[in-house]
Amino acid sequence: MLTLTCPYCGVAADETELQAGGEAHLKRFGPGASDDEFEGYLFVRENPKGVHFERWRHAYGCGKWFLAARCTVTLEVFGTYPAQSKEPPAHIRKAITAKRPGWTWREFA
Amino acid sequence: MSTRLASGGRFLNRDRAVEFRFNGKRLAGYEGDTLASALLANDQMMIGRSFKYHRPRGVVASGAEEPNGLVNLGEGARFEPNQRVTTTELFDGLQATSQNHWPSLEFDVGALNTHLARFLPAGFYYKMFMYPRAFWKHIYEPFIRMSAGLGKAPKERDADTYEHFHAFADVLVIGGGIAGLTAALEAGKSGARVIVLEQTAHWGGRALVDAPGIGGKPAADWVKNAVQDLEKMDNVTIRTRTMGAGVYDHGYALGYERLTDHQPEVSGPRHRLWRIRARQIITATGAIERPLSFAGNDLPGVVLASAVRDYAVNFGVSVGDRTVVVTNNDDAYRTALALRDAGLVVPAIIDARTQASGPLPEQARAAGIRVLTGMGVAKVKGSRRVTGVAVCAQAGEGAVLEEIGCDCVAMSGGWSPVVHLWSHCGGKLTWDADQAMFRPDAARAPTGADAQPFVIAAGTANGHLRTAEVIADATEAGRAAARAVGGRVRATRAVAATDEDEAAMAPVWLMPQGAGIALRMKAWLDYQNDVKVSDVQLAAREGYESVEHAKRYTTLGMATDQGKLSNINGLAVLSQALNAEIPQVGITTFRPPYTPISMGAITGAARGALFQPVRQTPIHGWHIDNGADFEPVGQWRRPFAFPRAGETVHDAVTREILNTRSNVGLLDASTLGKLIVKGPDAGHFLDMLYTNVMSTLAVGKCRYGLMCSENGFLIDDGVVARIDDDTWLCHTTTGGAERIHGHMEDWLQCEWWDWQVYVANVTEQFAQIAVVGPNARKVLEKLGGMDVSKQTLPFMQWADGTLAGIPARVFRISFSGELSYEVAVPASQGRAFWDAALEAGAEFGIMPYGTEGLHVLRAEKGFIMIGDETDGTVIPQDLGLGWAISKKKSDYLGKRGQERSHMADPNRWKLVGLETLDGSVIEDGAYAIGEGVNDNGQRNTVGRVTSTYFSPTLGRGIAMGLVLHGPDRMGEVITLTRTGGGSVQARIVDPVFYDKAGEKQDV
Repeated sequence: MLTLTCPYCGVAADETELQAGGEAHLKRFGPGASDDEFEGYLFVRENPKGVHFERWRHAYGCGKWFLAARCTVTLEVFGTYPAQSKEPPAHIRKAITAKRPGWTWREFA
Repeated sequence: MSTRLASGGRFLNRDRAVEFRFNGKRLAGYEGDTLASALLANDQMMIGRSFKYHRPRGVVASGAEEPNGLVNLGEGARFEPNQRVTTTELFDGLQATSQNHWPSLEFDVGALNTHLARFLPAGFYYKMFMYPRAFWKHIYEPFIRMSAGLGKAPKERDADTYEHFHAFADVLVIGGGIAGLTAALEAGKSGARVIVLEQTAHWGGRALVDAPGIGGKPAADWVKNAVQDLEKMDNVTIRTRTMGAGVYDHGYALGYERLTDHQPEVSGPRHRLWRIRARQIITATGAIERPLSFAGNDLPGVVLASAVRDYAVNFGVSVGDRTVVVTNNDDAYRTALALRDAGLVVPAIIDARTQASGPLPEQARAAGIRVLTGMGVAKVKGSRRVTGVAVCAQAGEGAVLEEIGCDCVAMSGGWSPVVHLWSHCGGKLTWDADQAMFRPDAARAPTGADAQPFVIAAGTANGHLRTAEVIADATEAGRAAARAVGGRVRATRAVAATDEDEAAMAPVWLMPQGAGIALRMKAWLDYQNDVKVSDVQLAAREGYESVEHAKRYTTLGMATDQGKLSNINGLAVLSQALNAEIPQVGITTFRPPYTPISMGAITGAARGALFQPVRQTPIHGWHIDNGADFEPVGQWRRPFAFPRAGETVHDAVTREILNTRSNVGLLDASTLGKLIVKGPDAGHFLDMLYTNVMSTLAVGKCRYGLMCSENGFLIDDGVVARIDDDTWLCHTTTGGAERIHGHMEDWLQCEWWDWQVYVANVTEQFAQIAVVGPNARKVLEKLGGMDVSKQTLPFMQWADGTLAGIPARVFRISFSGELSYEVAVPASQGRAFWDAALEAGAEFGIMPYGTEGLHVLRAEKGFIMIGDETDGTVIPQDLGLGWAISKKKSDYLGKRGQERSHMADPNRWKLVGLETLDGSVIEDGAYAIGEGVNDNGQRNTVGRVTSTYFSPTLGRGIAMGLVLHGPDRMGEVITLTRTGGGSVQARIVDPVFYDKAGEKQDV
């Protein structure tokens, strides 16, 4: 029963208010993509023990999708930020580095 | 025998007798009794039979950890199995029956299993029921089902009510003993919002049984004052009969309050589930005494030493007249002394330690009690209850040195802190070798969102067994929690406490330590699941080295008590068998709830009509008034059909369809999803969402569209209408409105966030009524107000106007193949329009029809239905819907997915119509049978039926199905399965059974 703060409405929302949406920062591959690219986009997911980036929707609140950076082991939340982000913002990455020096996740570090 | 003592019992109100029944027998107790103490007071030692061997069992504990004392409680709509007698408070009229025996508790056929014990070792099921395979279904399964389960499931609907309660606290204190009260006082004084939960009806915990001095006062007075102080604090909420059931992520916790279990005459909810968000949680949950593993330790009359003391002090009940105490520690001497004080006989204290010289043993000796050191129990004598113990040297193999007659054995193997709630959310444990216990490791506490610890263990739950240590530890815990939530903490001296010094305990995992197999097979670890020392040792020999594997192989700790008494003993036996240290073997996972909580409490108010909201259209009232036969569609209830007097539902469906085809039908289609998609980029957006092109749709026109997931699979369909230059109205399926709205929002917010599009779900803003059939136009013309002629409003167009004085948007779309108008009116006027249409249509033979009529009408036309023809693995190409897939568009959701080799495979099953040769209706879900068999010896299948109905229009069974190479096999006859054997033959035909040219809808 996580509590995540919605970056849009500022509410510290209980997990029952939220809808989980899987991994964040996926790059869409459409027609013209190779089989490998398409497979990666549709099916290949990180399954980290540690730093992870996820999509959540404040479904029973403001309805907005947002992204969360958290640790799957300790449940520590490093921060939440708008879904309209192509990569984790600098302040989120800095917060993670402060707690987990040397972390990497897909192409981010 | 067990009996009521003439005096004593600090929980009892001896002025109020209470009557209850056990197995029909009328018995008496006092107010303040638990069912356990009242049964013991009536010499009812045997309370149930064990799960596997059906051995006679009596209570072994006095609290929540009780493994044996499980009964059926109540009757009829208040029947509940597996209720612990030790946590059931007695009330007038209580009815309990024993379980797991046949035909009676005293004489039980299943008890034969105890003689078969050597053939029923650990892993028996896995070994026995493997071969031969032919026995699986008719011999092994019935046997397993017959033996499985403890107690009987209730048959009637629960007559009680339950509720949820949401609460927020700075500091949640779980446990109302000395530690919990101390911590709560500290946290409360700091100004923090505090909630204190105590699972029993009494504050003070076990400490009061031994009555140490606290703060210069008797413990009972200190507790009374502490509770009064807490009650005076506005920022503190305290609750008895409320168990801390679980600790979860980020400070979420569950409390389980039992409001009327002890006073069933009181109205109101029976249980209340507290859903608490706490910033800090203090687990002051005490400790549980461990049994000792000696042969016959499961006989009625063998009871934990602390429980024997509890029954005497709290309830004025003696478990036996002559009690032998067996121990490896000093604490159990308190039991001997308490019994002696109550005037009972303690023939001997058998102490496994070679020395016993602390103050408590000295007190016992001074009282004239015989103390045997270095000794153990070789065996408990007796068959249905204890008659004596055989004494042996603990260091030996069990040679009997003497026998001592007794009717109670009080055993103590040391104490295990209740670390469950600490562990639920990841708190780690450390092995305390001196006290032979796992205790919370404060350096590895559960952490919250901010990576800071949010659980603090306090007092005995933190491994402190002495009152002074408990108070000091709990004081610091309360202050630490208060500081963590920003409370003001003033350093004052901790309250002083006094109790006797205790010498070190000595771990004893088997008694005697060299016991042979015959003794080990009678030395129980897990009473409820009948797991013995020999079973765990066998598991280790057979290679189950992981504690989690050994647990599942032997079922140790898997019963309803979750191994509260057995886990540490079992673990120690396993580690010895593996020749490893206990901390290296590790411990199994603690999972919530701490003890079973009622299903009713979990459900709360969400039962019956409140289970989920039922969505109703504006015309729902009319449907009820006119005898609609409802079916659930998503969260809606839609009329399946409208049977008239004397009609079956099937008759009604047939009548409704024939009438719609020949006259005119009226359908409440208000549940249809309606999504407004608006903005400069709306057309572009819809081109990405639908497989066909929506941006080119002319204003005023309608187009049928398909939506796919990125996998390429069909997820929804519906008619799209272009409202104006930048506005489209997308109809979705009834069940799909919210899902597709969410789907659109997801893509707009997370992928194409720079596109200017806004989506609004207006499903409930409009009632939508389909007027369907050859006379449909006549009905609308009679209602009057707008031109609905073919010239002004041709097929697949829409127009705004007024009908019967009601503003209406009229779509000329058809899901039946007939001349059809779908009329959307403001929801508030939906019923008025429905009534007006019925009145105007009377002369044209109008009749409402339901969803079954809708289904058959569409199937006769070969229209697909999402959820029938699709199941999440079907792409539009499978359904012959290639015409609705744009070849020109460079991209749409699902396009790349549909290009994958498996999706383009010519061997994919494709949609066809099926007509049985004999005109019968094919069964739902029937398979088309192919040649040969698969690897499992089952017939190969070459297709399956997706929709099948009796068509009143054609007077025969019609079906649609997905068939291998189906569209290339028109006219071929295939064989379809029937449940219960036999088969039916059907010809592959065009799925459009009726009006293939589509002339009737376009008039």
